[in-house]
Formats: sequence, C-alpha cells, structure tokens
Amino acid sequence: MNRTAVHPPLTVHPAGSAAHTRRAHGFVLQSPAIILLLVWSVVPLLMTLWYSVRNYNLVDPTQRGFAGLNNYWYLLTDPDFMTSLKNTAILVGGVLAISVGLGTLLAVLYNEEFAGRGIARILVISPFFVMPTVAALLWKNLMLHPIYGVYSAMMRAVGLTPVDWLSRYPLATLVMIVTWEWLPFATLILLTAIQSLDTEQKEAARMDGAGMVAQFINITLPHLSRAITVVIMIETIFLLTIFAEISVTTAGGPGVASTNLAFLIYSRALLQFDVGGASAGGVIAIVVANVVAAFLLRAVARNLET
Amino acid sequence: MARTSTRLRHAATGIVAWAIALWMFFPILWMFLSGFKSEPDAIATPPHLFFSPTFSSYRDVFAREDYWHFATNSIVISVMATLVALLVSIPAAYAMAFLPGPRTRLTLLWMLSTRMLPSVGVLVPIYLLARATGLLDSRTGLILIYMLTNLPITVWMLYTFFREVPVPILEAGRMDGATRWQEVTQVLMPLALPGIASTGLLSLILCWNETFWSLNLTSSVAAPLTTFIASFSSPEGLFFAKLSAASTLAVAPIMVFGWASQKQLVRGLTFGAVK
Repeated sequence: MNRTAVHPPLTVHPAGSAAHTRRAHGFVLQSPAIILLLVWSVVPLLMTLWYSVRNYNLVDPTQRGFAGLNNYWYLLTDPDFMTSLKNTAILVGGVLAISVGLGTLLAVLYNEEFAGRGIARILVISPFFVMPTVAALLWKNLMLHPIYGVYSAMMRAVGLTPVDWLSRYPLATLVMIVTWEWLPFATLILLTAIQSLDTEQKEAARMDGAGMVAQFINITLPHLSRAITVVIMIETIFLLTIFAEISVTTAGGPGVASTNLAFLIYSRALLQFDVGGASAGGVIAIVVANVVAAFLLRAVARNLET
Repeated sequence: MARTSTRLRHAATGIVAWAIALWMFFPILWMFLSGFKSEPDAIATPPHLFFSPTFSSYRDVFAREDYWHFATNSIVISVMATLVALLVSIPAAYAMAFLPGPRTRLTLLWMLSTRMLPSVGVLVPIYLLARATGLLDSRTGLILIYMLTNLPITVWMLYTFFREVPVPILEAGRMDGATRWQEVTQVLMPLALPGIASTGLLSLILCWNETFWSLNLTSSVAAPLTTFIASFSSPEGLFFAKLSAASTLAVAPIMVFGWASQKQLVRGLTFGAVK
C-alpha cells in the first residue's frame, strides 16, 4: 500500500529554482484532493480486510477473535455467493449491451430531422434524472403490478393474461428497469458525439454509393468509439453496485434469484449483523471491481493520450 | 420527386422517434398524472385516462411526512457536497493541467480507480466509523461522503476542461505579474466557467439521486428525499396516488433542473472527450 510513492516528494529547494517551485506548487495544490482520496480509499479498505479475518457478529458478542480465512471459505462455498456473482455479471452485461446497442441506434435516429425534435430528445433523456428508488417503485407498482399496473391492463386489453414480472422473471425485469434508467444516458452522450460528425464526409460516402448501413458501419461507428468507451466506463461504475432498485423491488428474491454481490453483502451486514462475513464479501467485491477497472482504465488511458 | 421521398422519410423518422420518446417518458407522465388522482381512480382497471383531478394525495403526503425537511436535506447536502468538491478539485485539476509532473497521469488514473471501488465493499467500516464519530444520520456525514465519492469525477472533468484553456493566455497573465492565486481566480476560472458549471451540475444530480449511502447511513435527522421515497415502498406502495404524488415531489426539482441545464450537462458527462 505504498501509494505515497505516486507523487513527487516535497523537499526544500534553493530559491530561484523555477522548476522546483513549480513542482512544489503543483504538489501543494494537489495534496488536499490526493490526501482525502488516499484516506477515503485506504482506511476503510484496511478495516474491511481486518474484519474479514475476524469473527465479528454485532448480535453475538461471544463470537470474537481471529477467524483466519473462515469467512472467505464460508462465502466462497456458499451457493448464494456464486449466484450473486452470476447475477451481477448478468445485470452489468445485460444493461451495458442493451443500452449501448440501442443507444447507438437511438442516437442516429434523434440526429435525423423531424418535427418537434428538441422536445422528443428531452423526453427520451428524462429517465436519467429519476432517482433509482423512484424508478424502481414506478415500474414495480404503476407499470408492472400484476393487477393494477398499466402494462397488465394493456395485456388484458389484447386478451393476454398479465404476468407478475418481478416474481416470475426477477432478473430480466431488473435489467429492463435499470436499462430504462441508463439508456437515456447512453443516447445523450452518443447523440452529442454524432452531432460532431463531419457531414461532408458522410455526404461524400453517399455520393460514392455507400448505403445507410455501410455509412453507419464505416463512418459513424468508428467516430463513436471514444464516446462508447466513456459510456461503458461510467455505466459500469454505477452498474457494478446496483442496490436501490433491488432493495425496493424484489429485496433480492425470490430466494436469491435477483441478489447481486452488493445486495448479498448488504443483507449479510445489516440484516444478519455478520460483520466478518460481510467484510469478506466486501473484499471480494473490491477484487472484482479492480479486475473490471483494470480493463476499463486501460481503455481510458489510451484515450487520455490522444 | 426526390423532395417528396425526403419528406416521407422525415415523416417516418418522426413517427418512430416520437413513439420511442413517448414510450420512454410514459412512466414519468403516468406518475405525474396519478398524483392528481383519487386512490380508487389510481388503481382502476382498466386505467382511467380521464379523471377529475384532486389534490388530496398531495395533501396526504404533506400531512404524513415532513416533505420540506427531506427536501431541505437534499438541497443542503447536494449543494454543500458539490461546493466542497469543487473547492478541493479546482486547485488539483489546475496543478495537473498546468504543472504536470511525471506521475500526473498515474495519479489521475488512480483517482478514477478509487471511484470504481464498490461502496458496499466498505459499508461495514464506514458505518462503524460514522457511528463512532457521531456522523451517523448527520448532514455533515453525508456531505463528506458525497464529496469524497464525487471527487474523482470532478477532478477528472475539470482537468479535461482546463486542458482546453490555451496556456499562452495564462502565461500572459503571469508576465503581467499575476500571482498563482490571481492566475486561477481571475484568468483560468472565468475562461473555464462553462466547464466548472457542468461539473457542478453533474455533481448536483449525482448527489441528489445517490441512494446507497443515504439509505444506509440516515434515518430521520439527515434523511434526504431518497430516504423519504423509500418509506413509501411498503405497505403504502399500494396507495398508488400517494406514492405517485410523493415520487413526483422527489423527482420534480432535479428533473426541471436537468431539462434546463441539458446542454451544459452533456459537455460535463462526456469528460470533454466528445465535443
């Protein structure tokens, strides 16, 4: 954890050495942000590591002391844990795939000219401003409720039997709800990127006889690659830790069918008061996030150079 | 001939685009309408498109919960966390953009990596630390945490905006004898104001909608609107009209704000990568 090596050491330099004053100034100006983030990321991490090897249950004071790797062992052999990992991957992967794929198409669509384009764009991006708890309650009750929901009414209107989506297909329904929240974000970013596309280039391609699809694949898509990286990076940060949507709609159920890693740790910590087990889960969540982050940051670092 | 086909294409595009827009917006519209329904109207099957509007749900919500208490918390916490985050990140971003050292790039990537640590991974220690320091269920506690979680994003955004400011302009100021402080406050900040504004906007929206820490660390005193709305999840969730009224009240301020600042926001969200 020797992160202090990351920034230049503060040393006293003879007056008149401009380069050194520059470095000293740079260091002083950056240090509040760096120190705050260092404390914020290292202290809780060390505490989590410490608790993860302890027996520590808030409601059972008799269980104390060193637990070794027991907490990890319990967690890794718990079938719920594997389910939660799988669910996390489905949630992140599903929402990313749909929102980026559909977002690209929508960006192309809303870049075309049509009547009332400005208003239509605002309507499409609006779900991004809805807080997760409201989005979840809205879909759970007003839209998808098997009896009173609008979607159920529509299904009945065409002669179908309404489905209790959240208990029959909890994970798929969650992917849908979360996509509704994040698709607007992807559309917004990609639309902005498309607007900066050189129209002359497209015009030239059209003159050369390139069809709509060829234009899209050869000109639009490469132009969007950077914006797509941004979308994937930001969405992944938030999707890895989806919590409110699950808590409000299914509470991880039925069983653990819609429990992701974040919710599993939460239920261990605050519902079962098992600090040791929850901390072990926390460490694993951090490892998972770091693996994902390593891939993402490499892509971002490439963008930083250009 | 060509003109009619273009016009037809525009019309077709318009129909598809509007259909999708309305479908995306429909849940929000329905929530807004349901807030003005009576409870029987709200759960009528088939749903009532036309109804006689009533304010009774809003009255009930205001009577049951102290909306202004939660709303004030949301505003105070979001604004304070954003201001402090800007205060800390403007000098840092300035130093990284104009006084870069050999490790600046690494520092930036490291900062971003801290944002990728899942909050839930450190829930236990933060909860215990907050309890030990008396910051549990306090505005200060949430302001601190929101500021810290947003710091990597604000530093990054400001850094990319600052890099767009031409260095010669800053150097000219220095030639005229401006101190570092004057350089930042009188030359850089006015030039980069749109970027600073969009950074602040995004931070405000993220703070307003943050749910994980607010649900886990607050109960009453410092609870923002996210907690307020969670209290309607059950069993009151079945009172659709009240739920809708409460939801509308929780979402409306930030949504109107978002609509108004949409253009600014895009610049911020794209980290300057997309112009």
